[in-house]
Amino acid sequence: MDIEQIWFALVAFFFIGYFVLDGFDFGVGMALPLLGRDDTDRRVMINTIGPVWDLNETWVIVAGAVLFAAFPEWYASLFSGFYLPLLLILLALILRGVSFEYRHQRKHPEWAARFDLMIIIGSFLPAFLWGVAFANIIRGVPMDADHQVSVSLFGLLNPYGLLGGVTLVLLCLVHGMIFIALKTEGDIRIRARTSVLRFMVPTIAVVATFLFWTVAMHVEVPHLGWIMAIAGLAAASLVTAGLFSLRGREGFAFFAMALTIASAVATLFVSLFPNVMPSTTTPEGTLTIINASSSEYTLGVMLWVALITTPLVIGYQAWTYWVFRRRLGREHILSSAH
Amino acid sequence: MEEFFDPLALARWQFGLTTLYHFIFVPLTIGMALMAAIMQTAWFRTKDVKYLRLTRLFGKIFLINFAMGVVTGIVQEFQFGMNWSEYSRFVGDVFGAPLAIEGLAAFFLEATFIGLWIFGWDKLPRLAHLLCIWMVFFASAMSAYFILAANAFMQNPVGYSMNLERGRAELTSLWEVLSNPVVLAAFPHTILAAIMFAATVMIAVAAWHLRRNQHLETMRTALKAGLWTNVLAFMGVGLSGDQLSLAMVDAQPMKMAAAEGLYETTSAASFSIFTLGTPDGASELFSIRIPYLLSLLSTHTLDGEVEGINDLQAQYVTQFGPGDYSPIIWITYWAFRWMIGLGAFSALVSLLMLWLTRKNAPERSPLVQDRLWRVLIWTAPLPMAASLVGWIFTEMGRQPWIVFGLMKTEAAVSPNVAGWQVAVSLAAFTVIYGILAVVEFKLILKAAQEGPPEITQGDDDSAESDSLAIVY
Repeated sequence: MDIEQIWFALVAFFFIGYFVLDGFDFGVGMALPLLGRDDTDRRVMINTIGPVWDLNETWVIVAGAVLFAAFPEWYASLFSGFYLPLLLILLALILRGVSFEYRHQRKHPEWAARFDLMIIIGSFLPAFLWGVAFANIIRGVPMDADHQVSVSLFGLLNPYGLLGGVTLVLLCLVHGMIFIALKTEGDIRIRARTSVLRFMVPTIAVVATFLFWTVAMHVEVPHLGWIMAIAGLAAASLVTAGLFSLRGREGFAFFAMALTIASAVATLFVSLFPNVMPSTTTPEGTLTIINASSSEYTLGVMLWVALITTPLVIGYQAWTYWVFRRRLGREHILSSAH
Repeated sequence: MEEFFDPLALARWQFGLTTLYHFIFVPLTIGMALMAAIMQTAWFRTKDVKYLRLTRLFGKIFLINFAMGVVTGIVQEFQFGMNWSEYSRFVGDVFGAPLAIEGLAAFFLEATFIGLWIFGWDKLPRLAHLLCIWMVFFASAMSAYFILAANAFMQNPVGYSMNLERGRAELTSLWEVLSNPVVLAAFPHTILAAIMFAATVMIAVAAWHLRRNQHLETMRTALKAGLWTNVLAFMGVGLSGDQLSLAMVDAQPMKMAAAEGLYETTSAASFSIFTLGTPDGASELFSIRIPYLLSLLSTHTLDGEVEGINDLQAQYVTQFGPGDYSPIIWITYWAFRWMIGLGAFSALVSLLMLWLTRKNAPERSPLVQDRLWRVLIWTAPLPMAASLVGWIFTEMGRQPWIVFGLMKTEAAVSPNVAGWQVAVSLAAFTVIYGILAVVEFKLILKAAQEGPPEITQGDDDSAESDSLAIVY
């Protein structure tokens, strides 16, 4: 295996980590109006992700930095080419992050409602736009021989891009509702379970269409078998998550859902390989793991850094989830000081 | 359209604005984490509940502030690719490495242990919980080191070679990048300045309550701790600043010449504290000068030669071709002075207060006391202001270069991002950051004025109880 291939896998790993982890944060945010009957319910939901949303969001910072270090051309073309969607993602993440902190600072219902709305928008928009962005990376964008992308925001909102956005929104929403069912007790847990089942069928339909379309776009690539296998894994684990939810096995459902998102994102990366950003205008414009990558020395020395730090990161983050493993209920909110 | 919205100018304004804004919250996060860690350690060792109350109070201010640091930080990283794609292509091989190490080794650590500290009061054993806040401080300091190493490469490129075929700089020694003389001096300089800011915030909170004769015992402790921290940290800021200016003279003589507005190469150069008229000396009306000081700062000798802007300009034209190689002199001249002046004044106020309060509660007329407390409240932002103008000096003083000697700022901007797009993002950031600044300031003020929370019995023996931390 070449070092560029290892780094391609590592970039995929950090984006997968981001979508699996911040994915349920987005889902919890989007589920606020669906599952929360009153302010106490919504506070229960927000507190389930309270200790972890920040470290989950850190995954995208690390994914971005790893992309910058390992594939600077990819990072430069992607981030400048997708300027407006990334701007919207940044603004949404800012509003979401501060709203968690601000909503409980005053007791007025209107104050909390305003920040709830920002959490909902701030959760929906990044999920949707990341879906649109990744679908368009796979589909290819107009890019000249100097790897300069020229595409408008509306150019990205093509049918496949839109489907990618809806797919990620639904995956995150179901993931978040399963997480709420896993982390709460009482009425809200029951409502979350019911909602998961209600959303499961349309989600399976949309995700299957998106995966099928992705596979269909890549029938001529040599490693089609791999793409189909991983897409199949995504579809199978989504159905499994639905079955576990039906039987009330929330822990298993959550892991199956995490596997669904991981393999769905992996499907995109595998179908991209060995390109990282195909150009629709000229073959010379296409960025590959070779012409987008850093030098051998940089990739080599950074591989050591990644190999040492990543297991530690996974270790202490897993410990955090263990520390905060208990379920939350309304009584915890009502008995707390504020 | 294209002429009306200059993408380069707008991208520079946006980077400057968002970076300075981000840098209000980061120093407070770093410094407050240290103050909270010290207070919690004192509580851990003495079991004196007043330290726990202080930890909770300053921990709350830390928490309000920290969310802003996180969300504005993502903007910083994304901006390199979004607005400065040519820069990213050119230096990504070198610059990306410290950035990625910062993420892998420091950001994850910081984000995880902040969550554990905030939510873990009742869930972790006391020692483990104490270690969490120290981990936060350690991780945030480490993250500062790596980002400053990345910045140091822009000031003084080391550990790279040019790959002409791919038209970019490539890393040849990560060690050289991480041990750049500029980062070795800039790191203590920046961290200690951050600690000064947290200290003056602590002093101001204490002064606000002492002025109202409330929470006397805890607030006297906070005041003393803050004053000592500010004075001691300033001594470190001065020493490291001296090292930094030596490294700067070495790597970027133009920046030092621009800091003084020194046009002609001079031996035994004096340092002007204040100049009326244009600082280029052509129409100087009045100035206060300290003899030999500039030579002393630049070379550590009284009669050392300091290169002037004109000589350096001629030298760079020979080396890099025609062009203007000097930064905007009035900005560097005044930013350098305000940085030093504001920092020194803050430390001086603290030193004076240490002397005035040396017998704990001085018998003084209420009017004098009232004025003292007000001075302490209103001088709280000085170290922050000094840090911000310090960064303006550092970054503006590097112009016209984005990477000194290797790439000009005008060549670094994204060619495919239209001016109107940058105008939209600049407007959006300005509006949102402006609103958040007001909300943020009010919340911190409210938390500070509520004072240290009462701790009821039983709250402090928190070894693994079943209760859950509800924060939001």
